Amino acid sequence: MIRGKAVVLGDNVDTDGIIPARYLTSTDPKELAKHCMEGLDPHFLERITPGATILVAGKNFGCGSSREHAPLAIKGCGIVAVIAASFARIFFRNAINIGLPILESEEAAFRIREGDMVSIDLATGEIHNETTGEVFKAQPFPPLLQEIIAAGGLMNLVEKRVRTNS
Amino acid sequence: MGKTMAEKIFERKVGKPVRPGDIVVAPVDWAMGQDGTTPLAIQSFEEMHGKSVFRPERIVFVIDHNAPSPLESVSRLHDLMRSFAKRFGIRVFEVGEGVCHELMMSRGLVVPGDLVVGADSHTCTYGAIGAFSTGIGSTELAVVMMTGKLWFKVPETICIRLLGELPKGVYAKDVILHLAALLGADGATYQAIEFHGPVVESLSVEERATITNMVVEVGAKAGLVPPDAKTLSWVRERTDRPFEVVLPDPDAAYAKVLEIDCSSLEPQVAFPHRVDTARGIREAEGIPIQEAFIGTCTNGRIPDLEVAAQILRGRKVHPEVRLIVAPASREVFLFALEKGWVEDIVKAGGVFVPPGCGPCVGTHQGIPGDGWNVISTANRNFRGRMGNREASIYLASPATVAASAIEGKITDPRTYLG
Repeated sequence: MIRGKAVVLGDNVDTDGIIPARYLTSTDPKELAKHCMEGLDPHFLERITPGATILVAGKNFGCGSSREHAPLAIKGCGIVAVIAASFARIFFRNAINIGLPILESEEAAFRIREGDMVSIDLATGEIHNETTGEVFKAQPFPPLLQEIIAAGGLMNLVEKRVRTNS
Repeated sequence: MGKTMAEKIFERKVGKPVRPGDIVVAPVDWAMGQDGTTPLAIQSFEEMHGKSVFRPERIVFVIDHNAPSPLESVSRLHDLMRSFAKRFGIRVFEVGEGVCHELMMSRGLVVPGDLVVGADSHTCTYGAIGAFSTGIGSTELAVVMMTGKLWFKVPETICIRLLGELPKGVYAKDVILHLAALLGADGATYQAIEFHGPVVESLSVEERATITNMVVEVGAKAGLVPPDAKTLSWVRERTDRPFEVVLPDPDAAYAKVLEIDCSSLEPQVAFPHRVDTARGIREAEGIPIQEAFIGTCTNGRIPDLEVAAQILRGRKVHPEVRLIVAPASREVFLFALEKGWVEDIVKAGGVFVPPGCGPCVGTHQGIPGDGWNVISTANRNFRGRMGNREASIYLASPATVAASAIEGKITDPRTYLG
């Protein structure tokens, strides 16, 4: 179970907003986290409680560049999950591959308000708005993706497979 | 029911019938990484204790995003790429050779029917020659380098028929900007787009690449143009590698079919800070600009510099405008030099930066000032894209950018095209 307070963003949050390219000089999630959402809102980090914030965004979250630094920065600053009405394709893959929990639910994205306390059951895809009592159901992931998520990311899965094969 | 190009390419790669929505693990023909994304891939590779790469001759690294290096930290990352490449025998395209996507196509690496992944979102460009190519992240690049394979969801395909003919002063860029506005920034998410019709047939391979380059701006996974005689001769001039052309079945099942009559299209301008906001030039004319940029994987090729030179020849860039030009590759640069286009542009007041991404990604070579308006031939105008969130970026064709650079305000290029 994942739990946190909602920080709400709009539609089409792009990767230049999430992490401007000038910070791609680092691959360290902690360093990247210092600039998370800087392009979108220079005061974003003041809205975050590390380990207890869930991002809730509109449609097409993470559109733009293929930079994996984007989900790394989000994970690095202690955001525990991202709920969006929809995700851009490469961000979707990158988030799963690095083990950042993401959930797609138009209804949840539309209904959850800034500051609501939200809990998520990743196994069932259930999103519970504890503040209002509403429950939403996210799109379930296909089996291969569930396997990647269960392994804690693509690297862990590949490493595990390489080890079992050798 | 017949199959689309995307479905047929995946079928050939996995050796069994596939349907849209299927998740397949497929072997790739090429894996590409650039200097923004490859260092992280190398780090992931090391963390997975990678000991070898699948086929070093099918992996390509390109130093184009920050080239030449503007910072010592970037130089270190470039060296990391170089030493990793040396260790495994991977080819590196060095500083000044050009933009990754231009090199993957024009150096004769990718051929029709290939399945290509690249750690850059505009990898979708190679659909211009009928390859299925798409952008991936760094960890995925690391996994592909190790295993030669990756998981894909076989996409549904949208069929777009471009009908009529392009009027004077209207280019491939105007078509794709118009399409992006029509479809919206997420209008084709997770889907492939096939381009058909007389307009796409009339375009050169380079111009087709302008269109396929930008399909990611509507969320698409790939944009494909069925190869024709033009494609084949273009590819054959560049490589002897054998290939088998993949064409869609005549009765292919599409998620939807869109028909667009291009005959009445005007030059288009996308407004800040979104790509899917294009309007006809009349609604943008007169907006003052302080910077103009011609280049990138969208519009830094021969036809782009040709039209820019044609408009700028014998004229002057407006005194309050900085015009920056980045050829897409060394070959494009040399060709433009030979043709006298570089002289035309430089005499008009333009500034050439090395072949590569130039100021598009916002790390160097033309970061705009506060409150500036930039008109650019690039593919993205997100807030902060060019390195300053206080600047605004308008997107247009090279002709519109060149005409605007002369006037100091957004200008209809048709007045300069005799």
